[in-house]
Amino acid sequence: MKTLRTLLSAATLALTLLLPTSNLLAKEAPPEVQDPVAEKRIQALSEELRCLVCQNQNIADSNADLAQDLRRELRGMIQAGKSDKEIIDFMVARYGDFVLYRPPVKGLTLMLWGGPAFLLLLGLIALFTYLRKRNQVVAEQRPLSEEENRRLSAMLADQADEAQKNNK
Amino acid sequence: MNKFLWPLVGFIALVVLLAVGLNLNPREVPSPLVGKPAPLFKLARTDADQPAFGPADMQGKVWMLNVWSSWCVSCRQEHPLLVAMSKRQLVPLIGLNYKEVRGDSDIDVSKMSIDVESAQARLRAQAWLSKHGNPYDLTVLDVDGRVGMDYGVYGVPETYVIDKQGVIRFKQTGPITPDILEKKLLPLIAELNKA
Repeated sequence: MKTLRTLLSAATLALTLLLPTSNLLAKEAPPEVQDPVAEKRIQALSEELRCLVCQNQNIADSNADLAQDLRRELRGMIQAGKSDKEIIDFMVARYGDFVLYRPPVKGLTLMLWGGPAFLLLLGLIALFTYLRKRNQVVAEQRPLSEEENRRLSAMLADQADEAQKNNK
Repeated sequence: MNKFLWPLVGFIALVVLLAVGLNLNPREVPSPLVGKPAPLFKLARTDADQPAFGPADMQGKVWMLNVWSSWCVSCRQEHPLLVAMSKRQLVPLIGLNYKEVRGDSDIDVSKMSIDVESAQARLRAQAWLSKHGNPYDLTVLDVDGRVGMDYGVYGVPETYVIDKQGVIRFKQTGPITPDILEKKLLPLIAELNKA
């Protein structure tokens, strides 16, 4: 009987310890927009936008104050029925193209977008010229002529003589 | 050229490229607002009895807008320079107090009404200015940071130079240094005043 009572009180204690924690963990406010389509748009847009405070995070991931403000603004604009383009323009007007994870193709970003393709092209050209040169070298490697063979053996014989002299 | 020299040339080019890249400041994001009209606003001043202030009130003058906050450490670093500058009376300096209460990570404003927050922001801003000196002709309170957002503020302090037509001509993110003040800001202001 006593063990049962201890067990019961232990269980109650465990429960009382557990319950408030789960309440504390659930501190985050429920989303204001219940519309799942709007939620999806908020998520998609905030993943496309860079947080300027922690520059390698988007505003969906970042906990910086500015990111929270921008998420709130985003939500407000979606509720007000703004289109994706209007929202992106709003952000770009304030923070520049830098706010976009996918910057637009224009003069300033040409190197960014074209750079990898340009480097690949350069590499391919280098590869082909190298291969062609090597083919020429291989083509030039013909067997030695009679005359050349004779000269070669004479040279080798000379060298062998010299080596023998040195050894003595 | 010797073909063994080419890898060396390539290596040096790479080193130069990396050295330049590492010495650039990634925080220096060019503002799209330079050359655009300063966003309009109408905000309450720290001196409560005065009417609300907006950029329209500065039409025809070259002026500086400095975004600051009492919780901002770099602002404190920049402040003596602003105080010294204001004594020379070169240019009207307007303060934009940015998210004074809700920007302070020690304070939870989720249960605070906007009126209470505004009142607190005013008191805190006034106290800070009387403690550290007030270089501003006037300071307005951007309690929720919405005006700051229109100005593309992402790291206080930030400073804007606005010309007679109300167009932003320069933006500085981060504290102004004596060097920037003497070599960039003051010459620009002198030039804009002539125009």
